[in-house]
Amino acid sequence: MSQKQEEENPAEETGEEKQDTQEKEGILPERAEEAKLKAKYPSLGQKPGGSDFLMKRLQKGNYKSLHWSVLLCVDEMQKYFDSGDYNMAKAKMKNKQLPSAGPDKNLVTGDHIPTPQDLPQRKSSLVTSKLAGGQVE
Amino acid sequence: MFPKLSLRSMFHGAGGGNDIQWCFSQVKGAVDDDVAEADIISTVEFNHSGELLATGDKGGRVVIFQQEQENKIQSHSRGEYNVYSTFQSHEPEFDYLKSLEIEEKINKIRWLPQKNAAQFLLSTNDKTIKLWKISERDKRPEGYNLKEEDGRYRDPTTVTTLRVPVFRPMDLMVEASPRRIFANAHTYHINSISINSDYETYLSADDLRINLWHLEITDRSFNIVDIKPANMEELTEVITAAEFHPNSCNTFVYSSSKGTIRLCDMRASALCDRHSKLFEEPEDPSNRSFFSEIISSISDVKFSHSGRYMMTRDYLSVKIWDLNMENRPVETYQVHEYLRSKLCSLYENDCIFDKFECCWNGSDSVVMTGSYNNFFRMFDRNTKRDITLEASRENNKPRTVLKPRKVCASGKRKKDEISVDSLDFNKKILHTAWHPKENIIAVATTNNLYIFQDKVN
Repeated sequence: MSQKQEEENPAEETGEEKQDTQEKEGILPERAEEAKLKAKYPSLGQKPGGSDFLMKRLQKGNYKSLHWSVLLCVDEMQKYFDSGDYNMAKAKMKNKQLPSAGPDKNLVTGDHIPTPQDLPQRKSSLVTSKLAGGQVE
Repeated sequence: MFPKLSLRSMFHGAGGGNDIQWCFSQVKGAVDDDVAEADIISTVEFNHSGELLATGDKGGRVVIFQQEQENKIQSHSRGEYNVYSTFQSHEPEFDYLKSLEIEEKINKIRWLPQKNAAQFLLSTNDKTIKLWKISERDKRPEGYNLKEEDGRYRDPTTVTTLRVPVFRPMDLMVEASPRRIFANAHTYHINSISINSDYETYLSADDLRINLWHLEITDRSFNIVDIKPANMEELTEVITAAEFHPNSCNTFVYSSSKGTIRLCDMRASALCDRHSKLFEEPEDPSNRSFFSEIISSISDVKFSHSGRYMMTRDYLSVKIWDLNMENRPVETYQVHEYLRSKLCSLYENDCIFDKFECCWNGSDSVVMTGSYNNFFRMFDRNTKRDITLEASRENNKPRTVLKPRKVCASGKRKKDEISVDSLDFNKKILHTAWHPKENIIAVATTNNLYIFQDKVN
């Protein structure tokens, strides 16, 4: 009986309901927790396993999402406009100089065929894992 | 195996008879609290002999430890694990088509059984699996006729006599080289890899599909499970883990986010969308809540060494299933039931989505899994006793027996107990591994690797 009341007024916390919640905590802690959650987020849908929930998970690669989005393309995973945008974001994170837009002007161009050794490396530093006794960066 | 049943002995760790007493052995990693993201350990795995222990981290690196050969005279403890090899397995990549970054985090490492002098392992990130060869070099050729010792070429006109180059000993060098790269077969994130008992093939599983590979062939793989619905709106569950049976090369299982496990037989059809067995524990509908499905999601599935049983880990429990019985598990062990009354806050801080792994000991008599506050739990299937231990630098004197821990769910907290509210949910033990033959365990905290062993008298 008290359960029905709760489902009808999920966002409200009447005095009566509070008492019911306390009673229920002894019986079904999960239900009490559910009530707490619904009180905080009234717009939360009924089924957490809905398709939009899972689609968010597929994009993010895990279940971590509090907010449900209906549209497939609206996601919280960081998207980059293009690879240039990605490289700039990475460079900012590492707090290093931005990668040059074009080939270094000091290098002779057109005179020789570049080899892999001539090209700048994508990853700037490879630090040994601390598990293997690597130094702090 | 575990301390006798009296409360006192449970708390003081006093054991009698054949009870195991776990002792601290080693800890690897930095002491500082400021953890760089790259140092977060993401997988731990012993090889088939237990001599090697591999870890993978979020920075895409693999570190392999090797057990020292036992000193027969001083048998205080088994050999220590020291760094054997370390290499960068995966690097961050950029998916140009989707404009998304592909993390270099190592999701899983699986060892191949040893066939020759070299060791092989498979490591995977979200999208690409790599076969690595780890080989030792302890000799080098010396005495070339046309080359100096430092590699410079000699002028041929100065050569007046000939000699035969010979191999001479050198300092041991361990080299890791990528032998195969298995790429571009997964649209979604890879969560599992498992090597078949035929030692020729292996499977890789992402959220919606499972692929079968041959270890020699990198340009194609067979899709054996595809649960992607034609209309994505109808999506109701995803694949969370998959593993090949240890003995039957035609059998594998995969677990789902709804708490079910499907066993498939590859002899039945090429596409194993229809399971041969479906393992599911019926749920009492009156107990159902918003959290039910989330906490029933299986985060890990592992066959026993015998192949008769399989173990699954969901958010609050560990279940042992008999492959002959589909309708319910034969054993259920509560890992941290006291969290049931905290589900609301665990949902808010995302901890409810943590993926804990589980493992068997070599004889399938004990199972282990991690929890919060750097606690880990062991369940003895025979005696039905369980123990909670902590991975902490406070107990780091070798051969000190670890003190059992106890969490107080509610009410008055006894001395030595920890209340649920003071648990640190940022200190989670997601990855543990048990030596295949001995009582040595590897427990990964966020950025440290602990090695414990049983007390040797």
